[in-house]
Amino acid sequence: MMEIGLSHYLTVAAILFTLGIFGIFLNRKNVIIILMSVELILLAVNINLVAFSVHLNDLAGQVFALFVLAIAAAEAAIGLAILVVYFRNRGSIAVEDINLMKG
Amino acid sequence: MIIQTIAFYAFAAVTVASAVMVISARNPVHSVLFLILAFFNAAGLFVLMGAEFIAMILVIVYVGAVAVLFLFVVMMLDINFVELRQGFLQYLPIGALVGLVLLAELVMIFGSWIVAPDSADRAASPTPLLTETANTNALGQILYTDYVYLFQVSGLILLVAMIGAIVLTLRSREGVKRQRIGAQISRSREDSVEIKHVEPGSGV
Repeated sequence: MMEIGLSHYLTVAAILFTLGIFGIFLNRKNVIIILMSVELILLAVNINLVAFSVHLNDLAGQVFALFVLAIAAAEAAIGLAILVVYFRNRGSIAVEDINLMKG
Repeated sequence: MIIQTIAFYAFAAVTVASAVMVISARNPVHSVLFLILAFFNAAGLFVLMGAEFIAMILVIVYVGAVAVLFLFVVMMLDINFVELRQGFLQYLPIGALVGLVLLAELVMIFGSWIVAPDSADRAASPTPLLTETANTNALGQILYTDYVYLFQVSGLILLVAMIGAIVLTLRSREGVKRQRIGAQISRSREDSVEIKHVEPGSGV
C-alpha cells in the first residue's frame, strides 16, 4: 500500500467541500440543512489548513484552523438564533418565504 | 505504517459517508447525528496528521456545542419537514452538475500542484520537533505571542455572537406571573392594610 501523504487528505477535503456545496443545492428549502452544509464546507477548509500545516512544517496553519473553528461556532449560534426568531414571527423557515426585505 | 493507512481509509470513508447522509437524510435529527459522526471521524484524521489539539477542540466545540445547538433548534421548531423536502429531486441535476464542476476544478488544481522545494524553510512559525515539545504546547507558545491580537479579536467576535444570540431570542411575554422586586419593596403599609370599624352586633 502506498504511504498516506498530503494528496490523500486534500482529496478527502475536496470531496467534503463538494458534498457541502451539493447539500446547499439539494436542500434548497431547508435552512437548517443549509447551515449544516456550511459547517461541512468549513470542516473541509480546516482539513486543508491542517494538512498543509503538517506538510510544510508550519504551525501557523493550525492556528488559522483554530480561528476558523471559533468563527464557525459564532456563525452557527447567530444563524440558529435568527432562525428561531424568524420561525417565531412567521411560523415557517422555508427559504422561499424569506422575502420580507424584498422592496 | 500499515495501521496508519488502514486508519486513514477507515476515517476518510466514514467521514465522507456520513457527510452524504447529512445532506440526504430524510429526518433532520438524523442529519445532525450524522454531522456529529462526520466531525468525530474528521477529528480522527487530525490525530493521524499529528494535530491532536485541533482534533480535541473539534470534538469539544462541534460535538459539545454546535451539534447540540442544532439538535435543540431542530427539536424545538415545529416544522413540517416533509413539506420542505418537496422538490428535493428537482434540484438534483443542477446540484450534481455544479458539484462535479467544482470537484473537477479541485482535482485539476491539486493534480498540477507543485510544492516549492524550499517552502519548508520559509515557515512563518516552524513546528518544533516532537521530542522538544508537544503539539498543544507549541501551539500555545505561538498563539499567545505572535497571534495574540487575532486571539483577542476572535474572543471578541464570540462575545458579540453570544450577546447577539441572547438579544435576538429574548422575549418578554404578556400574562406571565413573575416576581417584581421593585413593586414589592415600594409597597407601604398605608396602601396595603386597611382597618374597618365594624359596629358591634350588626355584622359585616
